[in-house]
Amino acid sequence: MRTDLLTAPVDGLDEALAAVDAFDRTLVAGLLRPRPDQAEGLFALADAVAASPLAARVAEAADKAAAGSAGEDHFAALAAARAALLGAAHDAIAARADEITGRTPAEAPAPAGPAEQAPNLLAAARSWLCDLARTGWQGLDHDVVSGSAQIVSAMLPDTGLRRLAALLDGFAAELAASCPGTALDRTPLRRWADLWTRGMILALPGAVPGPGAVTLTGRLLPLGTDLHEHATAAQAQIHAVFEPADGSPPRLVRASVSVPKPDTVLGAGVWQLLRPHMSLLAAAAEGLSMDLTDMPATTDGDLVWQDEHARPGEPVDPFATARVVLPTAQDPAPAPLDRHPAALARPVFLEGYAAEQDPDTDEITFTLSGQRLPVDTDRLPVAGPLTPDAVTRSTACVGLLRWDDGTFRLQPLAVESTVRKKTVALHAGAWAGGTTDKAGAKAEKAATDAVAVLRERAGRLLRK
Amino acid sequence: MSDFERSSTARVVPPARPRKLAKVPFVELADGRLQGVVSSGSDIERVYVSSVEAGTYAYACSTNNNRPCGGARGGFCKHIGALITESVLQYGADRVARYLRVDAADAADGEPTAQSLNAAMSATRPAPAESKPAASVFSRFLRHLAYLELAATTAPLPEMHWFPSTRAVA
Ligand SMILES: [Zn+2]
Repeated sequence: MRTDLLTAPVDGLDEALAAVDAFDRTLVAGLLRPRPDQAEGLFALADAVAASPLAARVAEAADKAAAGSAGEDHFAALAAARAALLGAAHDAIAARADEITGRTPAEAPAPAGPAEQAPNLLAAARSWLCDLARTGWQGLDHDVVSGSAQIVSAMLPDTGLRRLAALLDGFAAELAASCPGTALDRTPLRRWADLWTRGMILALPGAVPGPGAVTLTGRLLPLGTDLHEHATAAQAQIHAVFEPADGSPPRLVRASVSVPKPDTVLGAGVWQLLRPHMSLLAAAAEGLSMDLTDMPATTDGDLVWQDEHARPGEPVDPFATARVVLPTAQDPAPAPLDRHPAALARPVFLEGYAAEQDPDTDEITFTLSGQRLPVDTDRLPVAGPLTPDAVTRSTACVGLLRWDDGTFRLQPLAVESTVRKKTVALHAGAWAGGTTDKAGAKAEKAATDAVAVLRERAGRLLRK
Repeated sequence: MSDFERSSTARVVPPARPRKLAKVPFVELADGRLQGVVSSGSDIERVYVSSVEAGTYAYACSTNNNRPCGGARGGFCKHIGALITESVLQYGADRVARYLRVDAADAADGEPTAQSLNAAMSATRPAPAESKPAASVFSRFLRHLAYLELAATTAPLPEMHWFPSTRAVA
């Protein structure tokens, strides 16, 4: 790993992000009656894409928005400009990540054809997002936020609309918890502008690619499990090396399973909801490889898991996979829409570092050949044996190299440490398939009870 | 801009804390109220829909069939008491106090508790709510329950990268 590159500047990145920040600040007061300084922010965004095919449409959109008369198409053009800038930022950061890992990325595949989606729900989502942009974060109140509830409820049952639904649901919950906007003491400017932009683009007809276009046959070697969750949705994503049966070079893939959930289902309860839908969760937790036959997949490295196309294979230690196979594996090229720094997650293997914890901030860093790499232990799932403490005592780590707010960070997926002269491994997703750990079993029981109560209440009250 | 402002994954809302749901299956801070659903102790078919408004502490309690709660005439009934207790377990006392705009100075010294929040609000002699939010709260509860009925999917949701799991608690 070229750790010396972790903190080296990336050409052009600051300029691109400055234009993004300028636009993001315009959303604080909203674009209903923009002030002159907001107009400057809009023009900064337009200037930054002036040499791109978007130039004319974004310039027009910035003019309209600066005059307080932007319509839906104009907001969509501004979202496209912001997404394009972050796409370029992603590409520069991803190229740097390739230099750091020393792996070769795959060529970008031809984009998949669009998925079919209900146009009326997409239009309703765009309309709500336009209201939000006009209102601004300072103008947030319950009326404007609650406008999303009906749209989300209508979208959720359709798994083809799940990407937009899960995004809007998590976004709206944050906005609702932040009402009234006049009382906000700090605003997550980039985050909310990211979510707004992404919502706006996913709500354009034809933006979301259709389902898996290829099938894969070969051996799947799990590296680790990454968990995502907001109050009402959770996703587990397993990073793995796929060895094609035809002998072509190994490549990195992801397998995902997600489910909407009530906000009171937490911790072990999340694993319980996800567990029945992907046998890989338990196999990875048990340290098993899986043999895939004609598993559906996208061309950008995502399996679209179906249990009937997989069976458990022989035990393979993820650390052996990370040491031996990972360096030779090819990273997939992301789908066009997923070119955003926040979606970057490169599997890496580290050892020979010095781990230390800042006594004041509790932040953990690994120091390798004199370079400090911050470790994001806040991401470790609570329902799992891998704790920040275990990370500080570790001697080897499989993780994801991520980037946020100008800095590369390491998200641990598993660590090895030496306990009484023996090497012991701890995995973030170890409890995904269930656990015999005492604390874990107690959490499982509590979660089972919580879901049982909700199902009982639902059975009695929901269909009346 | 601060780190919080420039982070795509800034943590805005801490996750709820796990709690037992048997007595109070649903609690939320929403629509300017602490509101939720309390199971009846005597009749498993009946639930009480209870709420307290932020700022005024105007309260309401009735069954899901719109019968007013006998206990909620001159002040908070035991259902509202249970709602406050469970909301503190789920969100932490500070967040509940902030949302309801209960001045920490009104509460007992130090960390507010469910008891001190209840006492501080009751001491202002709140009036019954003029609006009757029961129908909308109950429909939000049904919407909440419906999340358990939704299908899982193994198609990737790249958007969830904006929502990493967190060890932070409310
Ligand atoms: Zn009552």
